Amino acid sequence: MEILFYIFALVSIVGALGMVLSHNIVHSALYLVLCFIGLALTYFSISAPFLGAVQLMVYSGAVAILIVMAIMMVRRTDMSVSSPTQSLIKRFVGAGMAALFFVLMGLSIALTPLGAGESALPATEAADLAGLLLSRFALPFELVAILLLAAMLGALLLARGGDES
Amino acid sequence: MEISFLSGLALWLRGEIYALTGLPILSDLALDIIGIALLLGIISMAAIVFTYGERKVCAFMQVRIGPNRVGGRFGLLQPVADMLKLMSKEDIVPEGADKVLWALSPALLFVPAALVYAFFPFDAGAVLADVNVGVFLLFAISGQAVLPFLMGGYASNNKYSMVGGFRVVSQMISYEAPLLFSLLGILMITGSMRLEDIVEAQSGGLWFIFLQPLAFVIFLISAVAETNRTPFDLVEGESEIIAGPFTEYSGMRWALFFLAEYANLLTAAILATTFFLGGYLGPDFLPGFVWFGIKAVLMVFVIMWFRWTFPRTRVDQILTFGWKAMLPLSILNVFLTGVVMCALGLV
Repeated sequence: MEILFYIFALVSIVGALGMVLSHNIVHSALYLVLCFIGLALTYFSISAPFLGAVQLMVYSGAVAILIVMAIMMVRRTDMSVSSPTQSLIKRFVGAGMAALFFVLMGLSIALTPLGAGESALPATEAADLAGLLLSRFALPFELVAILLLAAMLGALLLARGGDES
Repeated sequence: MEISFLSGLALWLRGEIYALTGLPILSDLALDIIGIALLLGIISMAAIVFTYGERKVCAFMQVRIGPNRVGGRFGLLQPVADMLKLMSKEDIVPEGADKVLWALSPALLFVPAALVYAFFPFDAGAVLADVNVGVFLLFAISGQAVLPFLMGGYASNNKYSMVGGFRVVSQMISYEAPLLFSLLGILMITGSMRLEDIVEAQSGGLWFIFLQPLAFVIFLISAVAETNRTPFDLVEGESEIIAGPFTEYSGMRWALFFLAEYANLLTAAILATTFFLGGYLGPDFLPGFVWFGIKAVLMVFVIMWFRWTFPRTRVDQILTFGWKAMLPLSILNVFLTGVVMCALGLV
């Protein structure tokens, strides 16, 4: 079923390109969701259903909705040109950064001996993953939890606004 | 694996197709297509039967007769008349609408609603997609139903639709957390996220509704809230925001929203059946899928009963209730389950 992998990869790439090239910012956000879903499908096609489900639930289920809602809240009058075009210099800088990132990623992937030796994480099963999280990686897990809690409290504080009295 | 009527039928069919074609990949493919067609058939049948059933149940609760003009004394052809009316309606596209998004919204909404049916164990071994992380994947997919509502609300270029879209998001996200947490107790007891394992864990006759009564109540309330039905239908709130995200839709586009809503209603009933009422288990004189059907229809009736018994709540009440009552109670249920399991030495 290798062909499925390529189809889903294509879906993600179309989503990513659509996000960057769309002039309507709401469309950009929705293309981003398409990209997220394409990634989740890719995970399914390489037999990692748990990872795929997490991708669906966290990214296209929660993160995407936050982004879309935030964008719709700051709605402009004409949405068809809501993603303003940048000056030529900025575009070149952006393209340069993207190219640099691509080269870096490509190099690091090419230089990493993938598939050689035993993988440190056999965790494709949810139970294995949970076992690892609560034993070997308990400290990072708790730290991330505290970080997220702090972020949540900060968001609540901001949303409530200042002291009204 | 135990062979039930449905899975036996599937095996026989696979054998016949294999004998006919001689290609195993073709018989697998044919069987998958038959399964998908069956699920779509179940969903559309459910929508047809439930529109009629809901009217009759509503009439019964309000001491009326209900539909009795089309199709004999009991108005049995009412759904057909409804379909004809919907199909002959004019398709109106609102001015200033984001046309592509507007057209995509009802279609996309139906996708997750139909997709989750692949995970339901209708009978022993009769599951289209038998996944180890079934429960988690199921809710990950059903969570995708939020965005199409928001898309429809935004694309309609109508402030009521927009408000409705925002209400959908806040309500569905608020009730997804208690819905998932209420099932954690069951997952702790069974130690598996495969839906069939969860059903088999109830085979002693001790259904999870008896072991986890608090979880059942939380699950049922959250599931009704997730389907956006009364008493939690302020997403649609005819008297305040004129049907919310659906305001601008007419004809068959509106019918797709409707189809998704009834698919979700049946999903809620099936989930309650699978997790709390022993799924396809039952005395031997009836095959498993019949028991499954009886329990699911019973749950649908209970949810309809809610709709015609309770008045609509207010938007702040429903969100407060979700975050301050449902969520803490569901976490308490997880904690209590853990304590009892520890005390009984099951961990």
